[in-house]
Amino acid sequence: MSEVIKVPTMAEYMAEGKKPEVLFWVGCAGSFDDRAKKITKAFVKLLHNANVDFAVLGTEESCTGDPAKRAGNEFLFQMQAVTNIEVMNAYEIKKVVTACPHCFNTLKNEYPVLGGDYDVMHHTEFLKSLLDEGRLKVEGGKFKGKRITFHDPCYLGRANNVYEAPRDLLKKLEVELLEMKRCKRNGLCCGAGGAQMFKEPEPGNKDVNVERTEDALETKPDIIAAGCPFCNTMMTDGVKNKEKEDSVQVLDVAELIANAHDL
Amino acid sequence: MQYIPNILFVIALIAGIGYFVKNIRKVIRNIRLGKDVDRSDNKKERLKNMAMVALGQSKMVRRPIAGFLHIIVYIGFLIINIEVLEIIIDGIFSTHRIFAFLGGVYDFLIGSFEILALLVFVGVVVFWIRRNVIKLKRFWNPEMKGWPKNDGNFILYFEMVLMTLFLVMNAADLQLQNLGAEHYIKAGAYPVSQFISPLFEGFSETTLFIIERTAWWLHILGILVFLNYLYFSKHLHIILAFPNTYYENLNPKGQLDNLEAVTKEVMLMMDPNADPFAAPTGDEAEAEPEKFGASDVTDLNWVQLLNAYTCTECGRCTSECPANQTGKILSPRKIMMDTRDRLKEVGDNIDKNGSFVDDGKQLLNDYISAEELWACTSCNACVETCPVGISPLSIIVDMRRYLVMEQSAAPSDLNNMMSNIENNGAPWPFNQMDRLNWSNE
Repeated sequence: MSEVIKVPTMAEYMAEGKKPEVLFWVGCAGSFDDRAKKITKAFVKLLHNANVDFAVLGTEESCTGDPAKRAGNEFLFQMQAVTNIEVMNAYEIKKVVTACPHCFNTLKNEYPVLGGDYDVMHHTEFLKSLLDEGRLKVEGGKFKGKRITFHDPCYLGRANNVYEAPRDLLKKLEVELLEMKRCKRNGLCCGAGGAQMFKEPEPGNKDVNVERTEDALETKPDIIAAGCPFCNTMMTDGVKNKEKEDSVQVLDVAELIANAHDL
Repeated sequence: MQYIPNILFVIALIAGIGYFVKNIRKVIRNIRLGKDVDRSDNKKERLKNMAMVALGQSKMVRRPIAGFLHIIVYIGFLIINIEVLEIIIDGIFSTHRIFAFLGGVYDFLIGSFEILALLVFVGVVVFWIRRNVIKLKRFWNPEMKGWPKNDGNFILYFEMVLMTLFLVMNAADLQLQNLGAEHYIKAGAYPVSQFISPLFEGFSETTLFIIERTAWWLHILGILVFLNYLYFSKHLHIILAFPNTYYENLNPKGQLDNLEAVTKEVMLMMDPNADPFAAPTGDEAEAEPEKFGASDVTDLNWVQLLNAYTCTECGRCTSECPANQTGKILSPRKIMMDTRDRLKEVGDNIDKNGSFVDDGKQLLNDYISAEELWACTSCNACVETCPVGISPLSIIVDMRRYLVMEQSAAPSDLNNMMSNIENNGAPWPFNQMDRLNWSNE
């Protein structure tokens, strides 16, 4: 897989004396995780498609500190936050978009008190705004009529009350949108939050992601839509655990929109 | 001699209310053992939240059956208390049905109290069946053994008895009214007790008088006993739900609080002009270094302690917790119950010794284990579902902070994750210089 896409950095913009419309915060998963990188690329394609003037921090980006804060390491979190804020404030960043609800929550809610006050959007909110402004076209393509269920990421949904943006986008794809019995504010966690992604679960009788995948499979979907790289991993593992990987795909909302028209 | 009942009544009233006030002051004292947190902002929004969630029961009805039954019992409780006002006046001044002069209004009031009393009785019976016959899972979690289980049932029995006494009292009164007994003026409408009243057909005036008086006395004494039972029970929520929803955290649920003490240190570390060899001066040298996170109840803030006293152990949090549903030992309800039980223990210690004397115990380990704390996914399901705005998550996070920052006692996987963030700015061991490699892979 070798496909070079143009991704300008803030440093390049700075050198040219320009400022982009929005900073795309890629996040650790989006930068390093093989599965999440595909989401990152799909989102970048959509940004190009909508002629969004964006840039990334590239090697100047560092973990927001979310997993450290949730694990209880406030020192490490604040060190990360203050360092990132210094970089972003130096570039006079005003608006940030990210495809990771954990980065989104941390940047939006936990950076302001430390001096980093930005207009932060989750990529589904940002894509929805592009759609509303007529800059991005989202319409039925490949996925028209497909059975799709959306898994609410905790850090997008309950944590920040964003439930409709991803659903609005999926509806535009003219898919058959199915709701799980537990959805929106009652949505069950995928099991990755609160730094669980990076450790083995405590002893129990089931893995959370399997429980959640069962909710999703009950809707008999062709595709499980996600809006978070960690949920994506957990649900993908859950589908494998249920040996359904041949019939059910797990895709990010950005991937669905980009793939619908083979961008 | 004729004033003996009045005197006894006043004594019972003063004793009942006095003991209750004494215990409530203990609750307030204990809540104030918590650290300060500023919730004096957004008064309007806070009042609105209290009106919606506590007064309006908006989150109760998210589960329609329990919500509906709860509203009946709640309205019954509020409305029937108007009758208590009459009972108190009658008791003090030896009057009988002092509000009877209201005429049609009085008939309407008594009539609606009776209907509500019946509905409350039915509602409470259904609650009892849900707990003891249907055995809803959330009432049978491990933390619900022993006292918490009995407590839940005692409250239901109390309400059944109180409602029965109220209706029996009215039924006997109605008979006495029909017999034209002295004192028993014809007043009130009795849509429910008129069907109990035939049971007393043919009873002598004296017998009826004894039944009516006994029911009257037991009813008011029962209310006073119940009032005082609150302090020893989970049932304090009928009062504390109001301040608890008023002082609820109004920030987005995903936002964890910022530790100011850490910010000070981090800013100092980041300041190029700071003198690395500077010795603490003045007050700073005297002050004990601040403890990070919470290992005991006094490390928590007062809102978290108010949360603990407010919890009525309904278990909605635990029933929606992903960790609990998949067999982990974490139960958000237990976190709240443990916090309350430990806070009571600390309070009793203070009452006994004048000030707190180390008892070799703390909230961490003696009540809440690290295994429980590390099982949380911070998904906020418990916070979202709590009908009275409690946040078990904030206590879990504060205790994790203690484990990590004071004891370096994180699970080893998490230590790896954190050293990766420290060393290369990502939770995995990838070089920060490779962050943009995805764009040309």
